Amino acid sequence: MVTRSAVLGLLCGLLFGAGLALSGMADPARVRGFLDLFGAFDPTLAFVMIGALVPMAIAWRIRRRMDKPLVETAFDLPPTDPIDARLVIGAALFGVGWGIAGLCPGPALVDLALAPLSAIPFVLAMALGMFLQRLLGR
Amino acid sequence: MSLAQSIVHGLAGGLMIGAAASAVLLGAGRIAGVSGLLARALRLTQGCGPDGLATGFVLGLPLGALLMQLALGPVETRFPPLALLLIGGVLVGYGSRLGSGCTSGHGVCGLSRLSKRSVVATAVFMSAGVATVAAMNAAGLAW
Repeated sequence: MVTRSAVLGLLCGLLFGAGLALSGMADPARVRGFLDLFGAFDPTLAFVMIGALVPMAIAWRIRRRMDKPLVETAFDLPPTDPIDARLVIGAALFGVGWGIAGLCPGPALVDLALAPLSAIPFVLAMALGMFLQRLLGR
Repeated sequence: MSLAQSIVHGLAGGLMIGAAASAVLLGAGRIAGVSGLLARALRLTQGCGPDGLATGFVLGLPLGALLMQLALGPVETRFPPLALLLIGGVLVGYGSRLGSGCTSGHGVCGLSRLSKRSVVATAVFMSAGVATVAAMNAAGLAW
């Protein structure tokens, strides 16, 4: 079912990308503003999170009553435990990079269309980081 | 844009993001985590074949933003200098893979699942982001 999955992925990506553009979070300066808690704080990102968490919380409840997803044969979900060093160190490195550039993966890919000259170097560097992590395995 | 308008746009955009992530969960049975889907689409994960969901999703993100821009008019984007983009990009890529997720996977999908790993990861990357911006401000590196 690679084709049906690809169509589902494309439609979900379109909605997700459109939502990011509407939310203001495609603008790295706005994201930086949210992280600038002790400076020129911009609370918008918190409202984006609230808006996204509500439908997702409902979706998790619906999922409990489903044996399998609509277009695949089984759920394929990551573990919720344990808390290990990889998780904490990875999240910390991610957070430092997020603070430095004001960009995380979703907005970076969205900005490939909105501001390619700035987004391309970031996305290439991000892909390099992903590649290095796979290479080193830690 | 006033703060009230920002909040309304933020909530509406967030609802769209959450609806898209819900469709990935209930439709494909997977997590709409952008770092994971990008790594799968680029074949940067161990032993994985072609991934239709990931490839479609990664292509859809910029196209969806373009459509929204056509509907709304120009979307403002302000970026840091190139050196910061490059350093930040490597850290975001490396860290999101090591920590198994980013703002979407841990922040949106994991928190709403009340996943312990995602609660910890989100607390850690939010704190690290706040600390980094504060440190850059103190060092005169604000942009």
